[in-house]
Amino acid sequence: MFDYTFQWSQAMARLPQMLDGAATTMEVAILSMLIGIVLAIVLTVLRRSPVAPLRAIARTWVEIARNTPALFQIYMAHFGIASFGIHLSPFTSLLIGITFNNAGYLAENFRGALKAIPDTQIRAGRSLGMSEMQAFRHIVLPQMLRVAFLPMTNQMVWAVLMTSLGVTVGMNSDLYGVTQDLNALTFRTFELFAIAGVIFYLITKLITLGARLLAARLFRY
Amino acid sequence: MIEIQSLHKSFGPLEVLKGIDLTVNKGEVVTIIGGSGSGKSTLLTCINGLEPIASGKVIVDGIEVHAKSTNLNTLRQKIGIVFQQWNAFPHLTVLENVTLAPRKVLGLSKAEAEAIGEKQLSHVGLGAKLSTYPTMLSGGQQQRMAIARALAMSPDYMLFDEVTSALDPQLVGEVLETLKMLAEEGMTMICVTHEMAFARDVSHRVAYFHRGVMAEIGAPEQIFGDPQHEETRKFLASVR
Repeated sequence: MFDYTFQWSQAMARLPQMLDGAATTMEVAILSMLIGIVLAIVLTVLRRSPVAPLRAIARTWVEIARNTPALFQIYMAHFGIASFGIHLSPFTSLLIGITFNNAGYLAENFRGALKAIPDTQIRAGRSLGMSEMQAFRHIVLPQMLRVAFLPMTNQMVWAVLMTSLGVTVGMNSDLYGVTQDLNALTFRTFELFAIAGVIFYLITKLITLGARLLAARLFRY
Repeated sequence: MIEIQSLHKSFGPLEVLKGIDLTVNKGEVVTIIGGSGSGKSTLLTCINGLEPIASGKVIVDGIEVHAKSTNLNTLRQKIGIVFQQWNAFPHLTVLENVTLAPRKVLGLSKAEAEAIGEKQLSHVGLGAKLSTYPTMLSGGQQQRMAIARALAMSPDYMLFDEVTSALDPQLVGEVLETLKMLAEEGMTMICVTHEMAFARDVSHRVAYFHRGVMAEIGAPEQIFGDPQHEETRKFLASVR
């Protein structure tokens, strides 16, 4: 029967450690997002490249990122490449895995966003003497990032949640890893993971709220 | 001076320009009239190298536009073009729309570019709209902004591609007034237009295009008063 006694105070005493873990989780998520956006922009440009092999590389990346489990991607970034003698820390592997996933999904979002921007915008820029690159950078990119802003917010939330997969490659300094270690120490399983769940929830809520405020500031047109 | 010599241009199997010869001198205003598909808009995009050509030459101030060695980005700084669809950059304010190219292409400082931008926008009557976003403007205002944007590069030539065709009728006048003002200031202009009264009043010469051929060119009095070509007569009768 149900004879579990909640001991919240014992779990709550571990809150500072868990918040430290949450900070690491945010670090991984933010880094993976920043690098992911840059890579996604590169992939988006490559997918429109006249050079077929470059298009193929970009397409393959997006295909793998979107059509395999994130867990597989993180696993490969750790144990997979370890087979070739490359040994990365769990932090690095997790970061690579999530970044790979972010870049793939974001590239697909950017591709869709790009379709919403008429070619005449580039034409207008070119007719003012801008190079292809300048027109892309100053005219297309800002508009593309606006159209893709909501999907980017979603991906950021997803990046935070994906950090929990880090435990599979030995990550123990992020929120999920810390919680798992504390559980092994105290066996306050329900309480600890419930707190972790609440922290995850609050983080993602803050992200969506922050994104909304940022959007209002950035996009005044 | 813009010199066009036996210019041929095709889109796939469709030949849209069949040997055009036209010279436009400094300070001259040439308007091109003609039916849809006569090749008049395509000619403009060939002049600033936005479209490749099949054969012939376009020479602007001695520089052959379609030569491989020509730096089109530099050349386009001399040739402003305004399209039927004004193509405002929606993410930038009116002033930023106008200052973007002077800053990024000419390398002007923000302050220098803004001084030019404010001057050009005031010139076209948008001095009060500097920090507005284009979506808040009417079509006529956006088109005037596009004109100011092109003028901010201090071009030697301006090409206007049916700039009033997409506008509501009551907004056409303000844009045509802007073009008239530029013509009076001595800007060298080639205007593709369906506004016959404008062509008659403003141009030094009017060219009539028919199916990729320049059927006739002459002074406005002659083209509108005494057209020589059968097709010109038919066209003018149909638009009256």
